[in-house]
Formats: sequence, structure tokens, C-alpha cells
Amino acid sequence: MQIVILEGQFLMKIWKYIISLSFLTCLLFSVPNIAIAENQTESEFKAGEVIIEHILDSYEWHIFTWKGHHVSVYLPCIVFNEGKCYTFSSKVFHEDELYKTVNKTNSEELVFTIPHEGNHKGKIVILNADGTMKRPFDISITKNVMALFISCTIIIVLFYLVTKAYKKRGEKEPKGLQSLFEWLIVYVRDDIARKAINEKKVDRYLPYLVTVFFFIFINNLLGLIPIFPFGANITGNIAATAVLALFTFFITNLFGNKEYYKDIVNTPGVPWFLKFPLPLMPVIETFGCFTKPCVLAIRLFANITAGHIVVLGFISSIFIVAQISVAGGVGMSLFSLILAILVDCIEILVAYIQAYVFTLLSALYFGMASKEHHHS
Amino acid sequence: MELITPDFGFVFWMTIAFGIVFFFIAKFAFPVIGKTLKNREQKIAESLEQAERIHEEMQNIQAKNEELLKKAKEEREEMLNEARISRDKIIEEAKTKAKEETDRLVDAAKETIENERKAAMTDIKNEIATISIKVAEKILERELSSDEAQIKYINEIIKETDNQ
Repeated sequence: MQIVILEGQFLMKIWKYIISLSFLTCLLFSVPNIAIAENQTESEFKAGEVIIEHILDSYEWHIFTWKGHHVSVYLPCIVFNEGKCYTFSSKVFHEDELYKTVNKTNSEELVFTIPHEGNHKGKIVILNADGTMKRPFDISITKNVMALFISCTIIIVLFYLVTKAYKKRGEKEPKGLQSLFEWLIVYVRDDIARKAINEKKVDRYLPYLVTVFFFIFINNLLGLIPIFPFGANITGNIAATAVLALFTFFITNLFGNKEYYKDIVNTPGVPWFLKFPLPLMPVIETFGCFTKPCVLAIRLFANITAGHIVVLGFISSIFIVAQISVAGGVGMSLFSLILAILVDCIEILVAYIQAYVFTLLSALYFGMASKEHHHS
Repeated sequence: MELITPDFGFVFWMTIAFGIVFFFIAKFAFPVIGKTLKNREQKIAESLEQAERIHEEMQNIQAKNEELLKKAKEEREEMLNEARISRDKIIEEAKTKAKEETDRLVDAAKETIENERKAAMTDIKNEIATISIKVAEKILERELSSDEAQIKYINEIIKETDNQ
């Protein structure tokens, strides 16, 4: 009973912190937007562009705009073309739209640019002499990559601290950060892994499930903090979710047992004519192996992106109304801010739920691939 | 369209970064955490079991104590009873012995008295006879010539009187 009360108090503390954080989030979200609005006084305020710009990746990290002057962190570009590596700061595109460099081996001139339109919009391309564009092999440290490094560092540091606490405190009761982590780890272990996976195989999958849960959860939360160096949309990026889903896909299929593969080829519980002469069920099952991770990737990406869009939408509505009348903008700001705070609170919930869902579904797939007896 | 097209550069970095995080957690963090959690759970389970066992043992001991107490009480009762019985017996014996002793003493006294009385009687008889003879002598001195015939006659008379 005592423990439950203590945990309750602890959660209350965290909750208070989260509420105030989300309030701050909304306030700070409005700062760059105000700046954008000021910057575009002549032209119209385009909410869609602002939102999409935030959702998407970029080569520089725009922090805010002050009196028409952009304050950004310029990140390094790393581009490979025909086996040669070119590195330069993204600041070059801030100074001039074209960046010219010389290939030292054949002293050919290369022109890099970031087009505003077309297929390669917003990406570094090589501008050929005849005006065509070629997308080079691009592993630049973009805003999302930078944010990813930061969040990974945070995760590793947090886990390092927790592990240290475990080593130090041994079998004594957890304390501070350790108890928060233990709560989540035990939750992942008991309520997700052990319920979905065969008792004997749980230990094999548990480290991955814990990693994926904390990775998604922490990145989701960091994505909600608008202050530099957070607020990037990592888990709302299809590439990130696709990589996570691929990890799940490979782990599911590499550790799948004989029975799992037998079930795919010879699906139990369906009439024979669905398997022979036309192997309908095996085809569907095989297809299912690939659709499962796709669903995982798309669900996470869509949920997190949608959350960011809704929050930004509310904030943007202030400026849309403000363009019509200033008084309306002031009135709208109050209304939008309240709504944005509410949505931010929901987003915190979503951050947790999506981490939970991804982990749970991964666990279910692992469970399916490693179960021993199946009902006939 | 850009929104739903995975960018290769990010996929590349994401794989590396997530791989590192996964490696760190799976290799260094989780084994320690998982092991500690398991150990702690085991310890708690063991402690609970031990507490249960101790509780049971305590109950056993208590039951044993109670039984012992009961036994002791019974023994004491029995001893008291025995003591009471032996006491009564001793008293009874003493009483009988005392009575016997008194009876014997009384009997002895009676016998002595009887003997004394008989002796005294004999003495008295003899004395009386002698006196009677002397008296009769004196009376009959003059009347009777033979003494012996006289004494015989007198003794017969005395015997007759005795028997009466």
C-alpha cells in the first residue's frame, strides 16, 4: 500500500512537470511562428508550409527568426558522388543558392544546390551543365540525424545511470530515476513480453523490446519539446519508423522456429482447396510477413506526425486570424493556446501509447514466430 | 510525397544510431537490470516463504508449549493427588498403629492389674486364712484337740465361701 501511494506521488510530480512542460511547449512553439509571421508580413502566412517545414527534415536547424534574421545551426553535409566524398557546411546554401566545388582528380566543376520545386525538393542535388539534376548519395547530418544523435546519447546516458544505480543498490529497493525506469521495464517485461511470448523465449527478445520501447517513448517525448536541441520529428519520420520496423521484421523472421515457417507454407485451420492447387493461403501468409512491419512503421509515423500537425495547426490558426484582424489574433491566441495545451497533453499520452503499441505488436510477432504448440 | 519517402541518409544514420543504442542496452544495461530484478524477485519470494515457514514454526512451537503446559499441569495435579493419598494413608496408618499401641498398653496394664489383683487376692486369702486359723486356734484351742483336722475343715469352709 505504502509503495502504491509513493508511486502515486511520484507520478503526480512527473505529471505536474509534464503539464508545465507542455505549457512551455506551446508558448515556445508560438515564438518561431510569430517570427515567421513577421518575416512574411508582405506575403501571406502559409500555415501548411510552416507545418510541413517543421515535419520534414532539413540541412540546417532553424531555431528562431529575430527581426527577419534567421538564427539557425548549420549542419554538415556529407555527399558522395562517383566514389568521392564531399563535405561542406549547409551554410553555403544560406549564402548562395549554388555551391560550386571542384573534383580534385579530374578538376571537373560540381554544382550543388537545393531545389525549391520538383522531385528533389529540399534535398541536395548535383546540377548538371544541361540543367538536369542528379541526387547524389547523401548521408548528411541533417536536423533529424542531429536530433537522433542527441536523443540516442540521452537514452544511453539514462540507461548508464540506471545501470549504475542497479549495480550500486543491488537488490535494494529502486530510487529516483531507477524507480521510473524499473516501473517501465517491469511493465514491458510483465505486461507486454510475458503475455505475448512463450515463457522460455522471453529472455531472448526482452532486450530488444525494452530498447524499442524506450527509444520510441523518449524520442516521442523529446519531439514534443520545442526548444533546441529537441523538437525534431524523429518518430514521425517514415525512415526512422521503417528502420525500427525492419529490425522487428528481421528479428521475427531470423529467430522464427520451424513451426512458424511450416504454418506459413501449410496454414493450419483452413480448407485444403485454399492451399492446393492454387496456394492462396501460403501467398497471403507470406505477404503478411511483410505487411506486418509496414503497418508498424506507418502507424507510428502517422500518429506522431498527426500530433505535430495538430499542435502546429492550432498555433498557426492564431496567425491566420491575426492576418485578418489583430484583435481577432489576440482572442484566437488564447483559444488556440488552450487547445494546443490540451493536444500536447494528449500527445504525451500518445507518445506512451505508440511506444506501447509498437512494442506490443513486435512482441506479438515474436510470440507468433516462437510459439511451440499450436492448436490444431 | 517527401513526407512518405524514406530518405536514405536518415535510414543509414538511424540504423547505426539505433544499432548502437540496442547494442548498449542489450549488452551492458539490460543484463545487469534484468539480473538484479530477477534476483530481487527471488529474494522477495524467498523472504516471504521464509516468513511463512517461520510463522508456521512459531505456531508449532506455541502448540507444543501449550501441550507441555497442559502436561505439566496434569502432572502437578497427579502429584498433588498422590501426595494427598499418601498423606491420608500415612495418617491412617499412624492412627491404626497408635490405636494398636494404646490397645496393647491397655491390655498389658489390664493384665498386670489382674495379676496384681490375683496376687493380692492370694496374699489376702493366705493372710485371712492365717488370721482365721489364728482366730480359730484361739477360739478352738480349747475345743479342738487335733489341729490338722481343724485346718482341713476350715479350708473347706473357706473354699465354699470363695466359690459362692
